[in-house]
Amino acid sequence: MLAWTIYISFLGAIAVTFAPGKSTAVARVTALFTALAGLGIAIVAVVHNHSGELTTIVRTSWIPQLGIEYHLAADGISLTLVLLTGVAAVAGILFSWNIERRVKEFFALYLVLIGAVYGVFLSFDLLLLFVFYEIAIIPKYFLIAIWGSTRREYAAMKLVLYSFAGSALVLAGIIAAYCVAGARTLNLEALAHFPFPASFQMWAFPLVFVGFAVLAGMWPFHTWAPTGHAAAPTAASMLLAGVVMKLGAYGCLRVAMMLFPRGLDSWGFRALGFGSWQQVFAVLAVIGIVYGATIALVQRDFKFVIGYSSVSHMGFVLLGLMTLNRIGLSGAVYQMFSHGIVAGLLFAVVGRMVYDRTHTRDLRELSRIPLGRLIPFAAVTFAVASMASIGLPGFSGFIAELQVLIGTWQSFPWMSCVAGLGILIGIAFSWRALQAAFFGDAAKTATPEHVFPPITFPERLGAYLLIVSTIVTGLYPRLLMDLILPSLNSALFEGLRRGASR
Amino acid sequence: MTGSSYLELLRLTAPEIIVALAGLFVLVLDLTFLRQATLAIRFRSAVIAACTGCVLALVGLEKVSPQGALPSGMLVANPLTQLIQIALLLLAILVLLFGASADFTQNVGEYCSLVLFATTAMMLLVSTQNLLVIFITIEFLSLSLYVLTGFDKNSARSAEAALKYFLFGGMSAGILLFGMSLLYGISGSIALKPIAAAVNTSPGDPMLTLAIVMMLAGFGFKVAAAPFHMWAPEVYQGAPTSSAALVASSSKVASFFALFLLFYLALMGAAGNAGWGNYSSGWTLLIAAVAAVSMLWGNLAAIAQTSVRRLLAYSAIGHAGYMLVALVAHSPQSLAALVYYVLTYALATLGAFGVLSALETERVDSIADFSGLGKRAPGLSFCLLVFLLSLAGIPPLAGFFGKFYVFVSALNLPQHFALLWLVLLALVMSAVSLYYYLKVLKQVYVSEPKAETSAIAVPLTTSVAVWATAALVVVLGCFPDMLLNRIAAALMIAFR
Repeated sequence: MLAWTIYISFLGAIAVTFAPGKSTAVARVTALFTALAGLGIAIVAVVHNHSGELTTIVRTSWIPQLGIEYHLAADGISLTLVLLTGVAAVAGILFSWNIERRVKEFFALYLVLIGAVYGVFLSFDLLLLFVFYEIAIIPKYFLIAIWGSTRREYAAMKLVLYSFAGSALVLAGIIAAYCVAGARTLNLEALAHFPFPASFQMWAFPLVFVGFAVLAGMWPFHTWAPTGHAAAPTAASMLLAGVVMKLGAYGCLRVAMMLFPRGLDSWGFRALGFGSWQQVFAVLAVIGIVYGATIALVQRDFKFVIGYSSVSHMGFVLLGLMTLNRIGLSGAVYQMFSHGIVAGLLFAVVGRMVYDRTHTRDLRELSRIPLGRLIPFAAVTFAVASMASIGLPGFSGFIAELQVLIGTWQSFPWMSCVAGLGILIGIAFSWRALQAAFFGDAAKTATPEHVFPPITFPERLGAYLLIVSTIVTGLYPRLLMDLILPSLNSALFEGLRRGASR
Repeated sequence: MTGSSYLELLRLTAPEIIVALAGLFVLVLDLTFLRQATLAIRFRSAVIAACTGCVLALVGLEKVSPQGALPSGMLVANPLTQLIQIALLLLAILVLLFGASADFTQNVGEYCSLVLFATTAMMLLVSTQNLLVIFITIEFLSLSLYVLTGFDKNSARSAEAALKYFLFGGMSAGILLFGMSLLYGISGSIALKPIAAAVNTSPGDPMLTLAIVMMLAGFGFKVAAAPFHMWAPEVYQGAPTSSAALVASSSKVASFFALFLLFYLALMGAAGNAGWGNYSSGWTLLIAAVAAVSMLWGNLAAIAQTSVRRLLAYSAIGHAGYMLVALVAHSPQSLAALVYYVLTYALATLGAFGVLSALETERVDSIADFSGLGKRAPGLSFCLLVFLLSLAGIPPLAGFFGKFYVFVSALNLPQHFALLWLVLLALVMSAVSLYYYLKVLKQVYVSEPKAETSAIAVPLTTSVAVWATAALVVVLGCFPDMLLNRIAAALMIAFR
């Protein structure tokens, strides 16, 4: 049944395109129900498969000539991310209720993107995964280029070229793996158990990892992220930061690390102080954490603050992956979920609640408007989101970052100190943004000459949905941990565990 | 030749004969009965007659499926050649349909019959394994295409393109013939099989090297690979749209297939090695270099283009580079991959030209002219999106799978990663190519239409043909097996 998340999204896209008449309401409501149906299916699937085992959903021959199958399957990691996609999709539609221009096209592209994302998380054939991964690229371009703001065409093109260049590396790795494994199958399970020669893994791993990590915003390939997020319309920013970046991180884990675990082994020599790809990427991740947070601290554009904070938070995901121990890996997956929710919320506040009303994102201009008094709901939501973002206990970010830090402490003690510094800077920039945007000094004295439309019902609903998600998973982490841990312990990741113990 | 082998000749060439006769018939029809009719009616009747001829030949190929060979490889008919011929006929029908509502010429009969003659030449070209017949059919094809390129007598561009095409083409034909004559001198034969035997005994012969270089230059011109590509942008831009469509699609299919067969069947002994670090002299190395240059130059130069047709021409040069990768790999699997690639590529390019021909009355040429097309002609724009994304290699469209298959075939050799350098270059360049395709699509969907423009009326035949092409591109991308199975089965029989 889980496969219907994909089909229903694509069908919804078609339905929206051919929705009768000029009425925008029909398109919106259709899109909302499509996304709700996807979320519903995801929730039912999580309830049914609470043990996180790998279950095949569909498996039929696709291109028998090359041994390629149409194979959808889900384990706990996929389920977690499918759930995230469902939540983010519904929230995104609620926050784009005010789109007035080319409404049908907007929601059609949006749903195609969602369908492709579901497809990536559920694919268990490597070519199929790649196909969905690439399908996701084109809607992103049009969503940003048509409905975006600041330098939208530039940002859209940059984002698409980065993703496509990354996926070119991935494709090279996929084809190479396919040929080495005898050109018979691209089934992920079969490949995970195939003993690829260590020398092959040594170069295939970085190729594929970097290819996916581009989309996960790994420093120094992150530059598409802030510009893309800032230019995108609210719903697209929410999806980009919330879900699409996870595609990259998921690919790193599911493809690069699961198939080529020995690529993380020691090189046997040291170059520039590095002894293995594990160390190289861990250092890049830490740089991403600190760099993203530091740059966020000095941004004037409100959306860029959030954009760079995404880079910083995705650094935690990559760092968690590179710890190679169980707690670090589960922290990384948890952070994928957590950041997906929290980033969505932050972008919703900035893009929809604030920007659509004030038409400025300049923090200095915002500080002259007493936003805290005019739209208190936005202020409260942003405060909550910031707390979740900096990882206060009680929110999902706490569970995730704590695990990542513990995992890092076990693998690279000194790096966890630097990452901890990143968290401190994170607190600083969240504080600064909150202060400047909502409780500016100038605003206290200025007379409120602005009258903003009140927060609408869909906005409230979307905000509640995301806040509840982050608090529930923060207070009751077992909900997801029970899915994630068994998957990480499964036979698929055996190579990774063996590598870590070596 | 005995009497029975003339019968054999007739039997094997029946489809070609039908097409050629249809060409003559169209000519006569237009010059006699349709003399007084209006241009539109003449075009329609001629196209209907020509398409009927193609369909008859198609039915003949499918139902009778003649198989066999004439002495010294003059004509070899097997399921593989048959598959290509079917594809050529389908492409010809689509080209004719795109031209059905054209108004660039008064000489309707001549135009349609030349399209059919070119198709006849291509059908013969793909089903021969004999140097002389290869040369004659290439010349037959080229002459038809030169005239088709210059068919728009009111346009100076068209004349210029034809002249340029003719001069370059004549020169490269001479070079090709020179190479072939050297090969004949070495082996004493014009049939590919005996040549292969002679090449195997003396692969290092300097005369052979010269012959290979010459023939590669000649064919490089036909397939528009850099550095033999100079004619392509002019022809794509200057020729009447449907002529350019023919040059861009079916002539590529036929030339690539013939090129592969020539090198694969006759020159295997001098292949050499293009694998990284294991270079040894031979034509694979040469072709690898041509492929690399084509990919680089085609894709990078395309970025700078402002005319959509020139952009398509440079992208064609880039695509020729990808297809040559399959030739460098020269395995049966890579032939299958090449056939799949070139057929789906031809469909996508043809479709793009079909869209251009539907916009002919709008006189669009530069990318800026496409602004707001998404509003003015939503159906057409969607098809253009499909074609360009297929060319860029975005799944689930046919172009993606073609690339995947070619690259798999290039890496799936005894030494796995010998050609990885070429594949990586191709992948990086295909990332570059997305940029310029998106540049066009950006105008179509993102930019607002210029003031006082209205919806565009698309002729019915064109729109049917464009939609059919788009559907084929999507279906072949989602279910590549449909074509792949046929190719594999045909290959089994052809290279038994």
